[in-house]
Order: sequence, then C-alpha cells, then structure tokens
Amino acid sequence: MSLLSQLDQIFVLLQHWVAGFFPTWLQPFVGTVLAVVGIVAAFPGIFAVTTVLERKGLGRIQNRLGPNRVGPFGFFQPVADGIKSLTKEDIVPFTADGLVHFLAPVVLVVAVFLGFAVLPIGRNMVLANMDAGLLFFFAIGASTELSVFMAGWSSRNKYSLLGAMRAVAQMISYEVPLLLSATVIVMMTGSLSTVKIVEAQGGFTGFLPHWYVFTPWGFAGFVLFVIAALAETNRSPFDLPEGESELVAGYFTEYSGFKFALFFLGEYLGMFSIAGFAITLFLGGWGAPFSFLGFVPSWGWFFLKLLGAIALFIWLRGTLPRLRQDQLMNFAWKFMLPMTLLNLVVAGAWRFMGEGILRWLICSAVLLAAYVLLGRVLMRHQKLGPRSYRYAE
Amino acid sequence: MIPTVFGLTLPFLIIAALTIAGAVAAALLRNLVHCALSLTITFAGLALLYLNLEAQFAGFVQMLVYIGAVAILVVFAILLTRGAGMPEYRSYSSNWLLGLILAAATFAVLTWAVTRSLPATAASAAPAVTVQGIGVSLMTTYVMPLEIVAILLTVALIGAVIVAMPESKKEGQQ
Amino acid sequence: MLGEGMLKGLAETAKNFAGSFVSKDRLTTVQYPEERAPVIENTRDFPFLVYDGADDASDEAKLAGLRCVACQICEKECPPKCIYIVKSTDKKPDYVGKPQIYPARFDIDISVCMSCQICVEVCPFEAIKMDTEFELSTTDRFGGLLYDREQLARSNQHYHKIHPTEAAEVDARLAEEKAKSEAKAKAAAEAAALKAAAAAAPKPVVPAAIEQKEPTA
Ligand code: SF4
Ligand code: SF4
Repeated sequence: MSLLSQLDQIFVLLQHWVAGFFPTWLQPFVGTVLAVVGIVAAFPGIFAVTTVLERKGLGRIQNRLGPNRVGPFGFFQPVADGIKSLTKEDIVPFTADGLVHFLAPVVLVVAVFLGFAVLPIGRNMVLANMDAGLLFFFAIGASTELSVFMAGWSSRNKYSLLGAMRAVAQMISYEVPLLLSATVIVMMTGSLSTVKIVEAQGGFTGFLPHWYVFTPWGFAGFVLFVIAALAETNRSPFDLPEGESELVAGYFTEYSGFKFALFFLGEYLGMFSIAGFAITLFLGGWGAPFSFLGFVPSWGWFFLKLLGAIALFIWLRGTLPRLRQDQLMNFAWKFMLPMTLLNLVVAGAWRFMGEGILRWLICSAVLLAAYVLLGRVLMRHQKLGPRSYRYAE
Repeated sequence: MIPTVFGLTLPFLIIAALTIAGAVAAALLRNLVHCALSLTITFAGLALLYLNLEAQFAGFVQMLVYIGAVAILVVFAILLTRGAGMPEYRSYSSNWLLGLILAAATFAVLTWAVTRSLPATAASAAPAVTVQGIGVSLMTTYVMPLEIVAILLTVALIGAVIVAMPESKKEGQQ
Repeated sequence: MLGEGMLKGLAETAKNFAGSFVSKDRLTTVQYPEERAPVIENTRDFPFLVYDGADDASDEAKLAGLRCVACQICEKECPPKCIYIVKSTDKKPDYVGKPQIYPARFDIDISVCMSCQICVEVCPFEAIKMDTEFELSTTDRFGGLLYDREQLARSNQHYHKIHPTEAAEVDARLAEEKAKSEAKAKAAAEAAALKAAAAAAPKPVVPAAIEQKEPTA
C-alpha cells in the first residue's frame, strides 16, 4: 500500500489497529464504537470552530471585527462559551412540563447525531452502509421536528409555542421539496445508498468530475436542495421560528445553561449533516474536484467541501433578511414544489434522451424557462407597499 | 449469539415492551399532548420492530411518515382544537362500553386477518428484500394500486386547498 | 428576474467582507481597553463635589476646600433621592473666607443615581458637578457603590480638565462674585467702621453672608 493511499485510509487503519487488540467476537462491536466516538468528537469540534468563524465572518460582512479576545484571534472563544454554558444556572419554568422539557434537547441531539451514521466522510468511511441510507437520513431528520415541538410546547410560554408552531409548519413544508430534489439523484443512481451515490459520481471526463451538480437537473436540484436545507435547519433567511425581534428566541426561549447549548449544538450539527448530504448528493461526496488532485485524502476533500458549504451558509445569513411567514409558505408551495416536480420530469427526460448536446440544451432551456416564468408570475402577484391585514371575525 | 428469553430475542422483547408501554400510556394519560407523545413512542417502537425484522424500507418509511408527519399532525390537531392550555380529561369516557366493543372487534378482525395470511410453512427464511426490489414491484406488479392511491391523495390534496381557500375572495392558494 | 436582488446583495456583502481586511477605514470599532474613543466635553455620568485646591491634596485639605455648604437643596431635589447629607455643627471658612456650615456627611448612592444632573442645576454654590469617570465597577454592589465625601471630592483642576468651557465660566462667575462680595465687605466694613465710630456694633458679618448667596447666574 502506498503512503498516499495509507494516508487516505488512515482513520480506517487506525480503527482496525485498535480493534485488533480485542478478541475476535468483540471486534465488530469495538470498531463501531470507535467510529461513533470519531463522529461524536469530530463534528462538535467543527461546531466549535464554526461558531467562531461564523461570528467573525458576520462581523466582517458588517464591517466589524468579531470576537478577538479569547486566545489568538479569538479562536478560544468556544472554550469560554462552553465553560459559561456548563456553569450557568439551569432554569426550568415553574409551570413547565419537566420531563418533556428535559427530553426535547436530548431527542434533538440524538436524532441529529444519528443522521451522521450514513454520511460517507471518506473512502470506506461510513458508519452504516445501508441499502436505504438516504431514506434513513430523511426519516431521522423528520423526527427532529418533534423535538422542536416538544421544546416549544413544554415551556408553557407563548413565544416558545409560537416559535415551535412556526418551526414545525416550516419544516413540514420544506421537507417536501427537500425530498423531491433529492429524489432526482436516486432516479439517476438507481440506489438509495449514499456510498453508491458517491461512487456514481467518481468518474472524470478529461480532468472534470462527473458531479451531478454539473448537469442541468443536478444544478437545479442542488439549488433547490440548498434552499430547502436552509429552511429545514431554521437558518437565516428562514429563521422565523427563532426571530429575535418578535419571538425572543422562539422555541428555546425557556432554555438556559447546558440545555440551551444542546439546542445550539443540535442546530449546527443539523446544518453540518444536511450540508454533508448536499455534498454527497450533488458535489461528489469525498471525490476530488479535478482528476489530478486525487492524491489528497478523500476525507480531506469532504471536510474542505463542508467548510465551503458552511461558508456559503454564513454568507447567506449575513446577506438576506428574514422572510415573512406568508412569503415563506408561498415560496415553498408556489415556487419550490413546482420547480422540484418539473426537475423530476426533466431528469427523467435526460435519462431517456441518450448522450449528446441536445439533451443538455433541451433540459437547460426547460428549467430556465420555467424559472423565469415562475419568477415573473410570482413577482406579478407580489404586492409591494403597505401591508393589508385580515382579522378573524 | 443473541440471548433469547421464551424463544424471543432480547432486542425484540425490549422493543415490544416499549411499544406496548407507549400505547398503554397513550390510552391512559390525562394530558392529550402527553398521549400524542406516547403514541410517537409506539410509532418509533414499531419502526424498530420492522428494522429488527430486517425490513429497512418499511422501518424508515414508518419513521418518516408516522413520526415525521402523522405525530405532528396529531399534535397540531390537538393544539388547534383545544387551545394550548392544559385541559385534563378523564381517562374513561362515559361510553366506555362502546369503546370496549369497538376495540375488541378491531382486534378480532386483525387477528383473523393475520392468522389467515400466515404462510403454511412458518419457518421459511426471510426473503431478502432490497429497496430496489420494492421499487420494481411497485412499478410493475402493483402499479395499479399505486396509481389509485396516488389519485386518492391528489384528490385529498386539492380538496384541502379548496377547503382552505378564503370564501369571500377568489384569491387563494393557487 | 427572480433572485437578481439576492445576487446583488451577496456581491455587496462579499465586498464588505473583503474590504474589511483591506481598508482600515471600514472598521469603525474602537477596541476599548487598549483604545479609547475621545471623551466628548458634554459627557456626564455621576456627580462629584468640587473642592478648591490641588489635585493631590491630602484628605483634610480636600474636605477643607469643599465648596458645598450643606444647604441640602440637592438632597431635596434629587428625583430618586440618592443624596444623603448631614450638616456639621461647626463652621469652616468658604472660598471667600466666610465661615460656613459644611457637610459632615455627604453620600451619593450611584447605584440609584440616574445621572439627571438636577443636583448640579439647583446647587447655588457651584459645589456639585458631573464627572465623566465611567469605570466604576466593583465587587461590592452595596457599599462599593455608595460614595462618601472623600470619594466624591474632586479638585477644581479636575473639573477644568473634563469640562474646560463650563469650568472657565464657573470660575469667572465665582471670581466676579468674590470681587463683588469683597467690595461689599469692604463697603460694609467701611460702613461698620463708620457706625462703630458712631456706636460700636459688630454685626455686618451676617448680612454679607446672605447677600453673597444671591444667585447671579
Ligand atoms: S444626578 Fe440626578 S439622580 Fe444623580 S444625584 Fe444628582 S439629582 Fe440625584
Ligand atoms: S446644593 Fe450644593 S451646596 Fe447645597 S448641599 Fe447640595 S452640593 Fe452642597
């Protein structure tokens, strides 16, 4: 085995080496535990770095400096934050539903961590190579909604409840386009297994990779998936559930100390896992972007792409204002849904049109025309100006 | 390998206990939202049971549809109809006799259906069902039922939109 | 077209992001403990008591130089009632040299004070002014924030440093008054001398003190 491929497989080799110290019948078990430990250590680590990067990035976008006090360039800020949230008083409202209030953040974090199980982080680096991996991810993602509801309802606080209702409505609405935009990939690959999806994008034409994002339907799917992913993770501009200006902190208003930190962690981990899936589905997973860059370890590519995705999310957060609830819903049902459905049809057509420039032209034209047309229609009905209110009788 | 009790594997027993506990709690708890949450535990238990039977697809779909959608729907229905307060209900409604009869009847029908459809040779090896296989048979053998279900759901969807449309004005959702 | 504005916005924020690394003018943040924004002359936060004398005077000298005559007007006018004054039983000479009552205790609870400056406005003796010191945090939230005479005393020099224009006006006014009262005292003394010549009666001290109280501003 060459040194490079050894580096590529370093974590796998490490896992096997450690597991080798145990009796044979225990080895699969130990291997799994090691992989879980790896995931549970790595992603919160990225979370810590991301919080600093996000605050610094947002600061720069607003011509501020961002945190720069704790440690060199403020990079130990998460340590300080961690100590703070660990030592803070844990306040539970007197009327709150104690058990549900306690369970909500736990359910969220557990569900989000489970999502990483089917994420291929590198070559041979996936915890559970399931036949229905993608389905598993979406099934797990759906159960985070419940934890959000639990948090909002058990707090006995109107802001929490409103935030939770908003969050649940939003997540349900955007789950439809999220699933549909991912379905395109399943249609093309013919498999729900994340590993197979990455492998299907492994080839190169010349030095350009066969990523799905470089096809008309793949590009449209990618954009739609990212939008739906933003909404699904409650990030700006879809952060209505925790809109500070109207709902204090939304569904986790009544959480403090470590439970609050858990919600924070869960939210960011959710963002990582969904970004990881966007990478897996559309951006070639752990594959190198150019054929001559294949010497860089596969996990290196994955984390680089993840970093890029996070940067994009931060950039979007720093740019876009928050949507209004009606705009949010209109966007989901009137724009996202038709576009994803059309994308399904386009992907089917692509599949049966055979190789050639023709299918490129036709598919791009159809998608572009639909986009422009839909945009026009939606904009025409958009009434800019003072808002009119309708009250219940 | 896996320890067994009364001929049943330990994971199965644990999951089954969880499922039944959730169902019992859903029936007995006084707070409606608590009932809904316990029902979710039952759904999760069922999903785990499917997974325990190596039926990945059914398990994940159970999770996606029941925990992700049905549970939320139930919760929404409770909150929208009863308000966000904490209404307390008696565990036993006044017409408990009727409920008992209905439950018994449902159980009887289910038992009958299950025992009828059991294969004669119970110990045959579980068929290896891949997701792809399910997809293929849905699109070939069972394409008719699939289409009927699809039409039914579309009709329901359109109906929901019409119900939700504001009555006074023509402008509404699509 | 749909999404056009979004792209424009993204370009704008990208420009901001990159620009903040290149041009220093974009970053307006003043990094507080190391750098400080220049103090504006009209800044005010909590009152202090003016004394005439050097900045580094001893405590006795500070107290001796306090302009406050414990008239308690500020105590009565302070809206949140955070001033507490105990009059002295004896007297000490003020800046014109007249014996005056002085505050035996003068406490301000700055945890209550709302920086309204009313005490300054009502004081007829230019004895209380607003300070600009803001780094007042302490670990004792009761005793630590209750300032007594010694803590409140600041020299006139200090006043000149923080509010130069205002302090110059005040000084001019006081000098004028001092001159006036000296002239009056002289006149009174002359009159007294005349009267004393007529019938020895040493009384002019009290009326002079009362006249000196008349506000001129
Ligand atoms: S500034 Fe206002 S509140 Fe403070 S001591 Fe003077 S009168 Fe009282
Ligand atoms: S009003 Fe002025 S002289 Fe009178 S007690 Fe207050 S500070 Fe002293």
